[in-house]
Amino acid sequence: MIKKVASAELAVGEALVIKKNRIEPLGGAGENAKRVCVVTGTHGDELEGQYVAWRLADALHKNIQDLHGIVDIYPALNPLGINSIFRGMPLSDLDLNRIFPGSENGPMAEYLASEMIKDMSGAAACVDIHASNIFLRELPQIRINETVAQGLMPLARRMNMPLVWIHASATVLESTLAHALNSIGTPTLVVEMGVGMRITKEYGEQLVEGLFSLMSYLGIWSRKIAPTIPPIVSSDWQVAFINADHSGIFICEAQHMSTVQEGQRLGFIADPLSGRVMEKINSPVTGLLFTLREYPVVYEGSLLARILHSGSSGGGDGTENWMEACL
Amino acid sequence: MKKETLFAINTIYRQPIPVHGLIFGSGEKSLAIVGSLRGNEVQQLYICSQIVKLLSRYEADGLIAPGKQIMVIPCVNAFSMNVGKRFWAADNTDINRMFPGYSKGETTQRIAASLFEHLKGHVFGIQLSSFYIPGNFVPHVRILDTGFHDLDLCDFFGLPYVMVSKPMPVDTGTLNYNWQVFDTKAFSIYSKETKNVHIDSAIQAIEATFQFMQSQGIIRSASPTEEGSYYPFHPVRFKEEDLVNVLSQRGGIFLHRSQVGDEVKTGALLAETLDPYGGNVIERMVAPCDGRIFFNHNSNLIGGHEVSCRIIPDNRASIA
Repeated sequence: MIKKVASAELAVGEALVIKKNRIEPLGGAGENAKRVCVVTGTHGDELEGQYVAWRLADALHKNIQDLHGIVDIYPALNPLGINSIFRGMPLSDLDLNRIFPGSENGPMAEYLASEMIKDMSGAAACVDIHASNIFLRELPQIRINETVAQGLMPLARRMNMPLVWIHASATVLESTLAHALNSIGTPTLVVEMGVGMRITKEYGEQLVEGLFSLMSYLGIWSRKIAPTIPPIVSSDWQVAFINADHSGIFICEAQHMSTVQEGQRLGFIADPLSGRVMEKINSPVTGLLFTLREYPVVYEGSLLARILHSGSSGGGDGTENWMEACL
Repeated sequence: MKKETLFAINTIYRQPIPVHGLIFGSGEKSLAIVGSLRGNEVQQLYICSQIVKLLSRYEADGLIAPGKQIMVIPCVNAFSMNVGKRFWAADNTDINRMFPGYSKGETTQRIAASLFEHLKGHVFGIQLSSFYIPGNFVPHVRILDTGFHDLDLCDFFGLPYVMVSKPMPVDTGTLNYNWQVFDTKAFSIYSKETKNVHIDSAIQAIEATFQFMQSQGIIRSASPTEEGSYYPFHPVRFKEEDLVNVLSQRGGIFLHRSQVGDEVKTGALLAETLDPYGGNVIERMVAPCDGRIFFNHNSNLIGGHEVSCRIIPDNRASIA
């Protein structure tokens, strides 16, 4: 059943309406039925979750006899952003994932954020699906703030995602949807996968299987589920960040999600005007190339790659800032 | 005046974009003034340009106090300003959410780090700021309540209002917040406009900056009769949380019936919203309390649940 979560009138002949699809067992959900919220579309340029929302709803409807709780699917928390190919809230250029928990008496975006929190509050689990931005391709992963890692790890392990990234606490992330929900006792996982403005179908399928696995773990899904992959947990590893030191065009020579060797060429930064190579990019470590630059135009500082490794070089010194930029 | 290139931003297919610091006097790093960090802060750029012009005269007339140095950075984000974007034009990130910066991080983190290296260590810092909601303000000084802030110093700007804000999580990446953490007494001046030059409020901001500099012994008065006459003004101080938001319920064509700075009584008409198709008034927004209008939405279109106006209520807790 399609339900309205929040709305506000726009200036000319239209309302901004945030909707969800509530899917319940055939005979209706009991009073104490557990609820899972699947949320996406916070950033208008992240579309990986669109496939997941559609695929999950489709699979649930086709196998509704196996559902024993409530699944609320929110495909577009930022409908104007998705509709106008805009990451933030189009009217204010505000990042919706920086204003939670919002305020009932605040401006429109804050009001809508507070209504979303009200609606999702009390769920047995919430999964907030993000893609990367348009610049980077990400291996499918769960991201968890270290302050809530202990409670969320049992859920994260069932999500069929190859990596669980436990990241340092950062004050600025206290204004995200996940933080707001976790802080009121609604367990919330953040999924990050793929690339902005595109859909990677295989990642979507992988996550849908993970969602059924989660629902099964919570006791609201009785259909047989496929075995899920055990994730690598970042706390056992280190991350090397590779940033550009020159502006230009990044020509990639490595395969995303492959193992790279220390010193291996990952690509180079070219200057098409002069025909020169501005910078050669080599891997500083041996490890898993889990983040790779997708958008070729780069500037001094642009992130080119991240490599998960077991050694001590490369450092993870920028984790906090990086999380801020990505989540 | 010395013009220093603090650092330059190199990008493909554009000329290197320098960030200039204009330096007056020599000695103690007394004051840094930062203009536009965002590409739409034209008013802030204008104010800085006029401050530079005036300080040049002061310096020529020997009115910069001995042993005091002032640095003005009119524009950090020409990269975005020249292409009509508010945030960093390549990835839409906000430099003013990246402080204190990270020299090995992403582009805007590096810019923030490079800038902050030059800004750290000043006794005082003034940022000419803008707000994320488009609108007009009563010119005021804003200070973040970090525990390191010095509220009494705000009085020396001579502006009529001082607003104290509790930092939100997103504020921890702002210049003002980090300046304070690194021992600079930091203030933000909000002028009436952002995208357009508003001469009267710019003059107010310029005068406020010069009054502050004089009160702290950084410059001497251009007029001998005014020397030593800068006593603290007694502005209206209030906390941001005490502001009363007047929210719209309907969307439509928005017309003000009051101006920022107006004193209003409960029930006074503040604004009206018209049906965009029929022209009839579909909502009248009235003052919910006695007070003064601090902020007005400045677009002629409005949606439902937008802040049309913010009022400093007469009935509020006093702050020392």
